[in-house]
Amino acid sequence: MNPSIIEVRNLITSFGETLIHDHINCTVKKNEIYALLGGSGSGKSTLMREMILLERPESGSIHVLGHDLSTLTPLEAAELRRSWGVLFQSGALYSSLTVGENIALLYNEYTDLSPKLIDELIRLKIDLVGLPPHAKYLYPSQLSGGMVKRAALARALALDPKLLFLDEPTSGLDPLSSRQFDALIQQLRDLLGLTVIMVTHDLDTIHRIVDRFTLLGEKKVIAEGTLDEVLRVDHPIVDYFFQRGAYGITR
Amino acid sequence: MQSVVPASLTIISESSQIRIECSGAWTIGYLSHVTDELEALLPLSKIIWDFTALSDIDSSGVALWQLTNRRFEQQGSICTTIGEHKEHSHLYRLLYSKPIQEVLSPHSPSFVYRLGEETYRSVTGIGTFLAFLGEAFILLIYTLRHPHLIRYRAIGAHILETGANALPIIAISAFLIGVVVAYQSVVQLQKFGADIFIVDMIGISLTRELAPLITAIVVAGRSGSAFTAQIGTMKMTQEIDAMKTMGFDPFTFLVWPRVIALMIVMPLLIFFADMVGIFGGMVIAATQSHLSFTEFVHRLQGALALKHYLIGIIKGPFFAFLIAFVSTYRGFQVSMNTESIGQYTTKSVVNSIFLVIACDALFSILLTELKL
Repeated sequence: MNPSIIEVRNLITSFGETLIHDHINCTVKKNEIYALLGGSGSGKSTLMREMILLERPESGSIHVLGHDLSTLTPLEAAELRRSWGVLFQSGALYSSLTVGENIALLYNEYTDLSPKLIDELIRLKIDLVGLPPHAKYLYPSQLSGGMVKRAALARALALDPKLLFLDEPTSGLDPLSSRQFDALIQQLRDLLGLTVIMVTHDLDTIHRIVDRFTLLGEKKVIAEGTLDEVLRVDHPIVDYFFQRGAYGITR
Repeated sequence: MQSVVPASLTIISESSQIRIECSGAWTIGYLSHVTDELEALLPLSKIIWDFTALSDIDSSGVALWQLTNRRFEQQGSICTTIGEHKEHSHLYRLLYSKPIQEVLSPHSPSFVYRLGEETYRSVTGIGTFLAFLGEAFILLIYTLRHPHLIRYRAIGAHILETGANALPIIAISAFLIGVVVAYQSVVQLQKFGADIFIVDMIGISLTRELAPLITAIVVAGRSGSAFTAQIGTMKMTQEIDAMKTMGFDPFTFLVWPRVIALMIVMPLLIFFADMVGIFGGMVIAATQSHLSFTEFVHRLQGALALKHYLIGIIKGPFFAFLIAFVSTYRGFQVSMNTESIGQYTTKSVVNSIFLVIACDALFSILLTELKL
């Protein structure tokens, strides 16, 4: 039986008067690439931010790696934060540090590895995400959009997390780069045994690498499952998203 | 969470070779012990890594092994591995798929080089500032010929922000300057029994020099830094590019309203600082030297010639011009990283205060030569 890594149960979120999530349930299983899908303002980014402890839900529960997020002690929270890596939409690399220093920061803060070993690891991570070796000495402002995403992924992978959160990893990349990025994420999942949760709009990504996903809309979960399972659901939002029926683009 | 057995190794010497038995979890938090052991290990001619007992390994473990292995091989040992698990060799192949390329860190330039570079940058910096001024003035002339392009509303908003809202801080600063000058003078003048001259002292020094200067410094710190940060942020968020594409010229929309507003406001602020500063002096004169307010004002009418007051006020627009132009110029220099906003805001305040003081010195020399 494949154990679940993240369980969201009866989640309600609201910002002031605006209700964002109305009783949301979803489950992410170990070693799968799971996507949160939905239109703008459907609350998919908020859901992800709640999973990584950046926002708090109104009620309901989120379990991540067996911890209930609403009853975490500060120590458990710190430990949990070290067991995942997050790739933000705009990269969020520290602009005053070089790419190498951005990655080294985590090793210096959280491990007692020797400087030589840290250096080796930085080189490995930069190589792993497909950046050229000299990227280590570049500042984020000197990188292109695709390179920023890769550098941010290298930083997210620094501590060998078992759980990887990606916020629109392929947005703003050209089709070839986004295909390469998808392939990279799939390879990492296969070889490092990662569980990947991503927020995405990219239908190509969903076709290519996503195992299961949740489609959010109208404050609720419209459908959850594999692509085939979701396509079986008869709902206007599913039609809209996958360009069927009234919204159809003939294939 | 289940407990993890930290990484450990056993070194077994077998005649001409050593076997390194690795066990436990070679993962990121559990490596410190073995790192030291491997550091201390001197290679023999033949080394066998035994990974049979390894429970877990991650990229840091693989990197540690590779690093040590490379050191051994450089020192002439022959290394082999036995007993590696399948997923572990997958990880190794993922991490070390490409040959290792050494990249040299970009060398830091020598002192002489940096000195030259900085000098060159400062000199060309003056050039770009003059170009900035030139462009601004071309647009000023154009705008004056088309007066409907003048942004009256923006000028008004900046007058409110840089003028009216600055009154409290200027009041406090000027009052305290008045108090300080009065205190220092009272002590000295009392020695000669010339207490009454405190009025001349305060009246002339404040209106002619101190009030304009202190006002300019407060305005540079308060509004100059705000100008740089506002324009810098707009540049980072590409708002300035958007303005340009819509045909809104940044000079008419951003620079001139600020410059004109500050040039209007500054003399008024200096007048206000004069009044509050003299009042501060009066308070001290009354308490320390028993000089009543009436006597003070009466004496002031004789002592303070109109020219001193006017010279102070006239400096206002000049100071305002320098502050506003330097700070907007610095705002346009902000580049696409968060640190540069802070950098250029600092530069803008430092430069404008320096220029204000330099300009004040120039005024002093000029006016002395003119016998004013």
